[in-house]
Amino acid sequence: MLGYTIRRIGQMIPVVIGATFLIYALTFLMPGDPIAALTGARPLPESTVAQIRQAYHLDDPFLVQYGNYMWGLLHGNFGIDFFGRPVLGLILERLPTTFALALTAWVLKLVIGLAIGVYGGLRHGRAGDHFALVFTVVFLGVPGFVIALGAQTVFGVQLGWVNPAGISAGWPMAFILPALVMAFEAAAGLARLTRTSLVGVLRSEYMRTARAKGLSPRRVIWGHALRNAMIPVVTYLGLSLAGMLGGAVIIEAIFNIPGIGGLMVTSINNKEGTIVVGIATMLVLVYLFFNLLVDLLYGVIDPRVRV
Amino acid sequence: MRTQQTQQPDPAGDHPLLRVRDLDVEFDTSKGIATAVSGMNFTVQRGEALGILGESGSGKSVTARAVMGILDMPPAKVPRGEILLEGEDLLTISAKRHRELVGSRVSMVFQDALTALNPVHPVGRQIGELYRVHRGYSRKDAKAAAIDMMDRVRIPAAASRVNDYPHQFSGGMRQRIVIAMALALDPVLLIADEPTTALDVTVQAQILELLKEQQVERNMGLILITHDISVVKEVTDQVAVMYAGRIVEHGATDEVLNHPGHPYTQGLRASVAGEELKGQRLPAIPGTPPDLLRLPDGCSFANRCPFVTDECLEQVPPLESVGAGRQSACFHTEEVLDHVTA
Repeated sequence: MLGYTIRRIGQMIPVVIGATFLIYALTFLMPGDPIAALTGARPLPESTVAQIRQAYHLDDPFLVQYGNYMWGLLHGNFGIDFFGRPVLGLILERLPTTFALALTAWVLKLVIGLAIGVYGGLRHGRAGDHFALVFTVVFLGVPGFVIALGAQTVFGVQLGWVNPAGISAGWPMAFILPALVMAFEAAAGLARLTRTSLVGVLRSEYMRTARAKGLSPRRVIWGHALRNAMIPVVTYLGLSLAGMLGGAVIIEAIFNIPGIGGLMVTSINNKEGTIVVGIATMLVLVYLFFNLLVDLLYGVIDPRVRV
Repeated sequence: MRTQQTQQPDPAGDHPLLRVRDLDVEFDTSKGIATAVSGMNFTVQRGEALGILGESGSGKSVTARAVMGILDMPPAKVPRGEILLEGEDLLTISAKRHRELVGSRVSMVFQDALTALNPVHPVGRQIGELYRVHRGYSRKDAKAAAIDMMDRVRIPAAASRVNDYPHQFSGGMRQRIVIAMALALDPVLLIADEPTTALDVTVQAQILELLKEQQVERNMGLILITHDISVVKEVTDQVAVMYAGRIVEHGATDEVLNHPGHPYTQGLRASVAGEELKGQRLPAIPGTPPDLLRLPDGCSFANRCPFVTDECLEQVPPLESVGAGRQSACFHTEEVLDHVTA
């Protein structure tokens, strides 16, 4: 188990290098001059510009800049922004808010998605299943921001049940609506996967064996079907938690939530490459971490892939 | 034929262990109703082994599943018939009573042990589950009973393997686990549905030997479903040959297989490879079985039969007595019997 974990972490190194390189290159190629963006219409004196460019190594070749950045990253240094603030601090300051949103949404999604999926799977081909199908198609088909804006208008503005934007109400009230929007959208996919997986398991030979043993329907479902049906679902769930951090970017912008999503959008507008790369790198690391967690958890559920 | 009222469970024990009467099984498909089994009649006594012989789609597995009550309904349905286990009709008893009987009084060994066992539970737990559910054993006692059972089907080092998962066993050992599960609660009737088809030849022999030995030791009734004539010969006392959902010939195994009274049995027997056929093309029965969605008006085998006459195309030959303890469903049984002995 330990050997496997170490091997998996070893395999992540090229992934981190590849991903950061790509992000770094994309940021490097962003149009516009970051220094011009600092002051807007009033240009800085020639000498000041040169000084900033030198301080931030902006005139070095791309590969040298990337090398410097990776060297810093290796030492836990995410660099500083144009105001001298450490990027890591900026991210860590906002990460808890994003985590709170993503985690709330993930838990809601888990409950909603599994409930609908299991219900549809158990009644497959009957009315309950068709109802579940309609539900999932609607939420899969309508773009997320449409649902977000609609929910914000109806529940935030017209009904006034929650604040339409901001987090002054704190957790959970400020997070409930954006989290629900994210949850419903993602629950549709989870419900589909759970249903399909469960239907497949219910048709399997070992379910027939379970019935041939004279077990009650309840025991057949809970003891024999669900754990098998959860095998593909666990992979999806783990990766989707990481994915939700990324998905939070749009929702944070709509609901004006000061998480890393908001920071990312501002930084792209201000051409603050270090912050953009820093956030993206952070998300890559989180994603890889969850991926590893899923792989390790997988063996707990499915003994056939136990290591 | 002596008729007898078998409606009431009779403690005096006048009933045969299993009596299947006029059983029909149909499947609702998108193309219509498929008749998988029709007019099935047979009995199994304690200590007796009945072979059900037939090719794929002849209805033999469907019959077994109907007896076990594990058909998927829908699409399957049983519009007619009785399945009497020691006088109790499994088709009409309550679901609760059915769960009490299935798995304990009557149990089943499946064809493919790898798919028949739940991949995420240790084998000891899958065997022990029977003791926990049917007899209320504690976790610990159930595990001890499971180890005991694994020992009895001769799984080496059972105590150290009880927590292993199905995929960690070889094919033969997995089938032994399925057999252990089926025998755990001392059933009076064991149904084995192609128990050796997924195994290689040497392992097949061991598994058959184990089944036979357990059947004799426990004086169980055994229904062995197979498409393999040699398996039927080795293990069974009686044989029912099925074709297109009907029993076409029924009787003592030796007699039926050595002197077939039905052209289909004769064809099956002729198409077994043997020493004398070495280097020759294997004789096969020409043609294919009929579509179960559109069974012919007459005999289902008529289109492949060398003895066919007009009569065969017009009406279904009934399963009739053709000698002591033998039945055949053919208008030309006499001819067929003569043909073989000649």
